Amino acid sequence: MAKEDIFYWQALNRALDAEMAGDDSVFILGEDVGLYGGSYRVTEGLYAKYGPWRVRDTPISETSFTGLGVGAAMTGLRPVVEIMTINFALLALDPLVNMAAKIPFMSGGQFPMPLVVRMPGGVAKQLGAQHSQRLEHTLMNVPGLRIAVPATPQDAYWQLRQAIASDDPIILLEHDLLYFSKGPLDVEAVPLPMHRAAVCRAGRDVTLVGYSRSVELCLRAAQQLEDVGIEAEVIDLRSLSPIDWETCITSVEKTHRFIVVEEDCRFAGAGAEVAATLSERCFFSLDAPAQRVAALDIPTPFNGSLESASIPTVEDIISAAQRVCSVADPGVKP
Amino acid sequence: MDRDTLRAFLRDMLLARAFEEAAAEQYTKGNIEGFLHLYPGEEAVAVGVIHATEPADYVVSTYREHVHALVRGTPPRQVMAELLGRRDGISRGMGGSMHLFDRERRFMGGYAIVGETYPVAIGVGYAIAMRDLPEVAICFFGDGAVNQGTFHESLNMAALWRLPVLFVCENNHYQIGTEIHRHSAVTEVFRRAAAYDIPAERVDGMDVFKVHEVTSRMLREIRSSGGPRLVECETYRLRGHSMADPGSYRPQIEVMAYTSTDPVSVAIRETVPAYPSHEQLAAVGKDAIHHVTEHGLGAGHLDSAEVDGIKSEVQQLVQEAVEFAQQSPEPEMADAWRYLHVNRRNESLT
Repeated sequence: MAKEDIFYWQALNRALDAEMAGDDSVFILGEDVGLYGGSYRVTEGLYAKYGPWRVRDTPISETSFTGLGVGAAMTGLRPVVEIMTINFALLALDPLVNMAAKIPFMSGGQFPMPLVVRMPGGVAKQLGAQHSQRLEHTLMNVPGLRIAVPATPQDAYWQLRQAIASDDPIILLEHDLLYFSKGPLDVEAVPLPMHRAAVCRAGRDVTLVGYSRSVELCLRAAQQLEDVGIEAEVIDLRSLSPIDWETCITSVEKTHRFIVVEEDCRFAGAGAEVAATLSERCFFSLDAPAQRVAALDIPTPFNGSLESASIPTVEDIISAAQRVCSVADPGVKP
Repeated sequence: MDRDTLRAFLRDMLLARAFEEAAAEQYTKGNIEGFLHLYPGEEAVAVGVIHATEPADYVVSTYREHVHALVRGTPPRQVMAELLGRRDGISRGMGGSMHLFDRERRFMGGYAIVGETYPVAIGVGYAIAMRDLPEVAICFFGDGAVNQGTFHESLNMAALWRLPVLFVCENNHYQIGTEIHRHSAVTEVFRRAAAYDIPAERVDGMDVFKVHEVTSRMLREIRSSGGPRLVECETYRLRGHSMADPGSYRPQIEVMAYTSTDPVSVAIRETVPAYPSHEQLAAVGKDAIHHVTEHGLGAGHLDSAEVDGIKSEVQQLVQEAVEFAQQSPEPEMADAWRYLHVNRRNESLT
């Protein structure tokens, strides 16, 4: 099958279909995943194909249906829980943090936890503060959980399939605004390991580290930076836990500068971990201090202009890049 | 009730009591750190319920679960080694008193966040139902756990999809220090199941025969119909000496209230590992072990020499468990990392 351009949600849908067809221990549960087809169409058509036991519409009970996934995973089933938005996952933190992340460990390695929990997060279009959160930092701070953050249809397809096949508990952080973005999907390509970061664009002057939707912003910024003579390298982390440090370090040792671009709030956000670790490990290679381009530390305002102003833009990335490239560069006066 | 069954009940109840007393002693000596929630007084529930299960059934338990594991068949020495945090513990020293797991015996863990056992149990029940197997998930919880949202969420789903789950309430009337009338608007827990159309009943949780009888019937019903059931076992947790005081001149509730807050009583309770003697408990008519022993003696199934024999057998077993635990090595940090990454198999994440 040749490459084709499809939507991100379709890539997820195909990944689910492929895994369900190949393994009858895979089942889906969540709110409106069945008859309705999923809030973002991700489970479209699967209820008709696999029936109610394998595509289960649940009541609005995030704690218990996520915990149901934990119990089922302990018996060897491979549940894929859809939480309608990451904001609702706050009600499922107990099963995620206290159960899924800890049971294999607390039992002395006796139990598998082949649980996948999919959820969209991030700022979409004027959904209000309760529906616009980024909680990756919360989940990253939980040893035992793995977090994949696909930015493209290709990665959405691969990473979801890899997550379902894994015996570890894995959270797939999707993004409201990516579901209807298009990109190529080649189902026969050899996948990267799930946690491996990818260099999406090569450059020598500064490394832009992004994940999920911010990768697209980094790529657009890199394109424009070319016009002012700055060659930016762009890394898509693809996984927030674990983080593929080697790929980041190799890049920073080449460019000597890096900027982390995240939609997470700046204070104690995901970028703080990236900045801290790369600063520690690349200190002697750096020509400029670590920079974070992040969301403001504010609940997302409903007003559209304020909402846009609360999260990073391409322009923010360009100015940050110009700033770090003017620091400590022997050829340029600050 | 045949003689062997009665003997097995008594043996497990005596083992439970002896084990927990030994655990209290180890705690007092400083060999067990952290939290230690003991079961004396509630033995009839674990023994009555778990003896009614099949090996293919699953048990999901709380943080007061040593006895559930023992009755399920986990060797006492592996439970004791876990309480001491040793490498030969059933959870390899990673779980502790509140987190005993025994996959081989389908003992799905002790959970230390109140109300977590329901979702785990309906998850196990879902897996059973999806595969159409004749198995049941047993879900233990206390009276204090019925006011968590997960109780209602999970009972709803269990009933909605007719999951094979037996919900077992160990109603000891107290959520730590708050008596049930002060924490629940409806104090008859089994009545709450009606909200979800789950057949439920209350049983005297101090009577192992009744617990076993009701549980056995409910398990048969679940296996034949697939729908969940709930049994509320009214029981009592014994602590320190407070139950030994007959207190006939005062309302019992008042005695309990005062002894629970009296700093001297509290101090004594924390330092004295002994529980009331069977004779003392018999005097207040509230000991499950006394009840089952009297029944066995009265019906001619047992003689006192046999009871003494069982007592010395379990004492020896518990003593061996303590020695085994003390000799077991401490786990190393490398073990901890291995357990954290156990499900990565050969995947390298560097």
